[in-house]
Amino acid sequence: MGAFTRHRRSGAVIATFSGFEADLLRSLASQIVELLHHEAAVPDDRDPLEALMDFSGPTTAPEDPVLARLFPTAYADDEEAAAEFRRFTEGTLREGKAKAAGTIIDTLEDAGLPDELREDGLTIDVEMDEPTAQTWMRSFADIRLALATRLGVEDGDEEYWYSLPDDDPRAQAHDIYEWVGWLQETLVGALS
Amino acid sequence: MGGVTAPSPVEVEPTFDTDEIVRPATPWVTIVWNDPVNLMSYVTYVFRTYFGYDKRKAEKLMMEVHEDGRSVVSSGSREEMERDVQAMHEYGLWATMQREDQP
Repeated sequence: MGAFTRHRRSGAVIATFSGFEADLLRSLASQIVELLHHEAAVPDDRDPLEALMDFSGPTTAPEDPVLARLFPTAYADDEEAAAEFRRFTEGTLREGKAKAAGTIIDTLEDAGLPDELREDGLTIDVEMDEPTAQTWMRSFADIRLALATRLGVEDGDEEYWYSLPDDDPRAQAHDIYEWVGWLQETLVGALS
Repeated sequence: MGGVTAPSPVEVEPTFDTDEIVRPATPWVTIVWNDPVNLMSYVTYVFRTYFGYDKRKAEKLMMEVHEDGRSVVSSGSREEMERDVQAMHEYGLWATMQREDQP
């Protein structure tokens, strides 16, 4: 289950998930939303009045490695320009990514995913227009970047992950990372 | 006498100051860097849909990123490149910008 395809007649992008899979996707998307709202875009360890009077965006890279990867430094050799770029873009980017993750949650819940998964054998059929499917695709990239950064995924390290015992939580997280990758691959295929 | 009065020297006003000299602008470039996460198919899709490149060009740039570690994916004014870099970050690609002549 899970592979995305294009419905031949309507052109909609469709997929069927088990209740468990849909619930897992919702939980991953929720974590992205939480992460993006958790670390304030502007650090708050300043004078309260100063903080209140500052409406601009952040100028330094986020401390959390996942956020640092989601919002990379745009100018490698020009600190001042990088700070300006960040001030003007990071807020918008954060909002866009949180909204994209929210789209995944909304689509799944509109398709019948209950607040709490109780019954076995539940299947969730999602049907999306192209812009919604593209939003899912972008958010999958964020989810994968987040998982990979936490795990420390590197090029060509598959053997290492497969050598871990099945009950190792890192092996399980890596399986989920690969599963979202497979989903994204089929989604790109359906959109191409 | 009569004579011809010599034309008073024409005072030549400088017609421009250095601020107005338009130097040929050094173009800026957007660079996408390799990462171990983003799928080759996804990166190609982004280059096709965002930049409007045909499949061949998008795949060539993607392979450059994958094999050389980086690729120049667009060039233009500083403002245009800031837009492109922001868009790449929106897609989760690792992008930076710099002047074209910068190593």
